Amino acid sequence: MIDVLSPALTWVSVGAAVWALVLVLLNRPLPIERVDGKAYLALLALIELGLLAQAVLGFIKLAGADHDVPGLSYGGYLLGSLLILPVALYWSLAERTRWGTAVLVVGALVIPVMIVRMGQVWAHG
Amino acid sequence: MAEAPNPTRSGPGRLLIAVYAIFALAACARSASQISTHFHRAPLAYLLSAFAAVVYVVATLCLARGTRTSRRVAVISCAVELVGVLLIGTFSLVLPSAFPDATVWSVFGMGYGFVPLVLPVLGLLWIRRTAR
Repeated sequence: MIDVLSPALTWVSVGAAVWALVLVLLNRPLPIERVDGKAYLALLALIELGLLAQAVLGFIKLAGADHDVPGLSYGGYLLGSLLILPVALYWSLAERTRWGTAVLVVGALVIPVMIVRMGQVWAHG
Repeated sequence: MAEAPNPTRSGPGRLLIAVYAIFALAACARSASQISTHFHRAPLAYLLSAFAAVVYVVATLCLARGTRTSRRVAVISCAVELVGVLLIGTFSLVLPSAFPDATVWSVFGMGYGFVPLVLPVLGLLWIRRTAR
């Protein structure tokens, strides 16, 4: 199941990054009091839930690995990925300008990078 | 004077600090896993990794604080970073045998899209710009 979840998370995160990038280009802050802003926050929450599920499934997969996987790195990526969005959102909302929104672009793009690295660690150590 | 008129954490600085924080996390995680699992393989490279991680953490925190003292510390840590990435980058190309395993700064940070090379320059420019 993680083999479906991880690519899905990758693309939904890229989507969240593009959405934030459009706001940056339009020079608008994240409209958290409007319905589209709330939809954005819901999307981030959905990604975070997906990452949580990925972490649970990842540790189960790690426990039953049929080859030698560096558990510390793999587990580190699984858990580390959970930190990114909450911290990025906190840091972003403290300044509701285009630069605050730009933080969300970067934060959302870190997720796919971590998922790719996770795959590399799993395959090659 | 509780806060400087141009705190380093607002505007573009907010984005810069976010990128710094990501590198602080990445460098810390990388050196922690290197040192705890196979330190003997490349002690010098791994100690440099740990050093780089500390520098990123210090730079992130100091840029985020933006007081007069922390700005000064941020300048020093950005400068150390720049020298580090240039030195280690050069050494890793000229003397690859000294670096059997990669650090954040190997080949001028190529493994991280050369961001480690650009980051200290942007950091120093930003501190200068907000100084006035």
